[in-house]
Amino acid sequence: MAAAGGLPASATLLLLVIAAVAVAPLASAVRPVSDAHRSAAAELFAASPDGSFGDLETTYEAVRTFQILGVEKDKGLIGKACKFAAEKLASSSSSPAKDLFHAARISGVLKCSVDSGVYDDVATRLKAVIKDTNSLLELYYSVGGLLSIKEQGHNVVLPDADNTFHAIKALSQSDGRWRYDTNSAESSTFAAGIALEALSAVISLADSEVDSSMIAVVKNDIVKLFDTIKSYDDGTFYFDEKHVDAAEYKGPITTSASVVRGVTSFAAVASGKLNIPGEKILGLAKFFLGIGLPGSAKDCFNQIEVFVPLVLSLPSKVFSLTSKDQLKVEVTTVFGSAAPPLRVNLVQVLGSDSKVITTETKELQFDLDNNVHYLDIAPLKIDVGKYSLVFEISLQEQEHETIYATGGTNTEAIFVTGLIKVDKAEIGISDNDAGTVESVQKIDLQKDTSVSLSANHLQKLRLSFQLSTPLGKTFKPHQVFLKLKHDESKVEHLFVVPGSARQFKIDFLGLVEKFYYLSGRYDLELAVGDAAMENSFLRALGHIELDLPEAPEKAPKPPAQAVDPFSKFGPKKEISHIFRSPEKRPPKELSFAFTGLTLLPIVGFLIGLMRLGVNLKNFPSLPAPAAFASLFHAGIGAVLLLYVLFWIKLDLFTTLKYLSFLGVFLVFVGHRALSYLSSTSAKQKTA
Amino acid sequence: MPRATSDAKLLIQSLGKAYAATPTNLKIIDLYVVFAVATALIQVVYMGIVGSFPFNSFLSGVLSCIGTAVLAVCLRIQVNKDNKEFKDLPPERAFADFVLCNLVLHLVIMNFLG
Repeated sequence: MAAAGGLPASATLLLLVIAAVAVAPLASAVRPVSDAHRSAAAELFAASPDGSFGDLETTYEAVRTFQILGVEKDKGLIGKACKFAAEKLASSSSSPAKDLFHAARISGVLKCSVDSGVYDDVATRLKAVIKDTNSLLELYYSVGGLLSIKEQGHNVVLPDADNTFHAIKALSQSDGRWRYDTNSAESSTFAAGIALEALSAVISLADSEVDSSMIAVVKNDIVKLFDTIKSYDDGTFYFDEKHVDAAEYKGPITTSASVVRGVTSFAAVASGKLNIPGEKILGLAKFFLGIGLPGSAKDCFNQIEVFVPLVLSLPSKVFSLTSKDQLKVEVTTVFGSAAPPLRVNLVQVLGSDSKVITTETKELQFDLDNNVHYLDIAPLKIDVGKYSLVFEISLQEQEHETIYATGGTNTEAIFVTGLIKVDKAEIGISDNDAGTVESVQKIDLQKDTSVSLSANHLQKLRLSFQLSTPLGKTFKPHQVFLKLKHDESKVEHLFVVPGSARQFKIDFLGLVEKFYYLSGRYDLELAVGDAAMENSFLRALGHIELDLPEAPEKAPKPPAQAVDPFSKFGPKKEISHIFRSPEKRPPKELSFAFTGLTLLPIVGFLIGLMRLGVNLKNFPSLPAPAAFASLFHAGIGAVLLLYVLFWIKLDLFTTLKYLSFLGVFLVFVGHRALSYLSSTSAKQKTA
Repeated sequence: MPRATSDAKLLIQSLGKAYAATPTNLKIIDLYVVFAVATALIQVVYMGIVGSFPFNSFLSGVLSCIGTAVLAVCLRIQVNKDNKEFKDLPPERAFADFVLCNLVLHLVIMNFLG
């Protein structure tokens, strides 16, 4: 499939992969193919008004996707797609192998009726292509087209199967990847998938048995190809190109799909078992499902045309100890249909720091009605927090093991929440570190209390409470804050209470400056929160009357508190820019009058010249000197004109560039003109 | 007083007579200087009326006139045959200098004009 992966598609793929990486910690939330995929597919492959799906390739992808997902399309659409394909097949001599390939596959999927004569022509044409070409894609299209025709019940035999097999195999590289043709130096993982699919088609089309040693070599190539597989942290595997070339790059989804299709079709026709670890197969399935709803038509196609391993998934990942939730596990095929009879065992429970909690194997009960395996979590003796559960799936019937890939163990992350008990809460004021406590009050943190305390700057505030989990262990909450708020100025002070400390102290002596020397009544609030704590709380504790020393002169002033605390997130004040107002200009008439006035001296100058009786008698009369003299004057005029241009639009550098040329010219003609004048005047003198 | 006016008249008349004897090419240069200075004066008057807002434009206008007038005076000194100091310098050479200096001056003026 898919030789043409345009740049926009690659960009989309890349984005999807980035998204997939971004959700990688959550990517274990693999769910089987669902109706969401079906509606997404229907939307992506929306037919244009004339009933076709664009070009042949897109049309094939659309009809194949609908076939796999079981999306019904009306007869009219099928008829149109059939007609579209038949037109291409009828003009077989002029169509490229790629079009014939897609058209044949469309007919195959839709079960269109095509004349056997037409298929004979197409087969002849494709065989001719196979003989002539050494490009992998051309070989793939023609062999794939022939196979598709054969699968539609037409008798097609590839006469020189061994040669074709060798032609494809000749393009393979030592690391299991393939080249597109003999001229290209770059090898590609995507091409490897294509080549494997083509090889399997050759084997199916061959009239005699293909050399088994060759098949063994290809199997070895596949194992090597799987060595180049890449993985994410959560056990997701995918294929990607080693060298990213912008023009040829297809992205991990297309590449992985190509390899998977190639390997599965090769495994289907080749005898013997392929030696690929089950976890890699399951990891690939996770990769395709982890993408979620695909964004482009091509991704959707790639995501569902791969093979079908079993997927273990949890409908819910958060369990509450309070409501005694059951651990539920669904095992389905990738397409969401029911799995064959199997057993699911919980073999290990790991804590958040990979510490083993228990390794006792527990079999999950099977609920036939809901198709769910379940287990009570209470007997597991697990506390609140994050855990990793390791499940093992074992098929009950031996014969299923060759059909389904279970991937051995599955690890799922879960989160357990519960009610945290709060007790032994005390608050008080002490004088010094030794702790001669003046007043200690027991408080009940289940509800708001209103203790009233008073202290001066030499004393300390003490607060202590104890949190314990449902199993009676000490609980360290994620966040504990004590807030003091000055009644008068509304200045707030937030203290982070270390989760591990039994007792929390505030020493007012070191905080006098931070409190801005503000004496008076402070309200106390305590906040305790944790994701695993179902009863996180924010409680008002009461107030404390603080007596702090007088502020010295240089003491910092408390910052002004906004009336509305949310106003600091509101729109900022608009900044208005002030431009210098333009200078007042004189009236136009005046300026024009003076422009005229500056011309007056020129007029006067000319009149003066006339009255002096100036003439041009000195202008040379011989042609050559006359030419030089005129050029000299023209040159001066040109330079002045250049200056005017400089004033109007040119910059200094362009001006100087032109000026240098003009200057050289001017010096030359000026020298000739003036030296002629000087020689004539010298002659006059001597004469 | 009538004595003084007639003296002044005499003085101007003798000056005019003496000036009439100067060669025509020097008179042309004198006329050019007068023309340049008159143009400069008009610009100064204009500035006096409307103010010196585009000051660089005003400066370049006036300096263009004054500069070329000064160069013309220099040319006059060099061309004057009675001036023994530049006896050996041909007037054509002096004129070439005048042209070159004017071109350089006006390049700067144009750059400054804004």
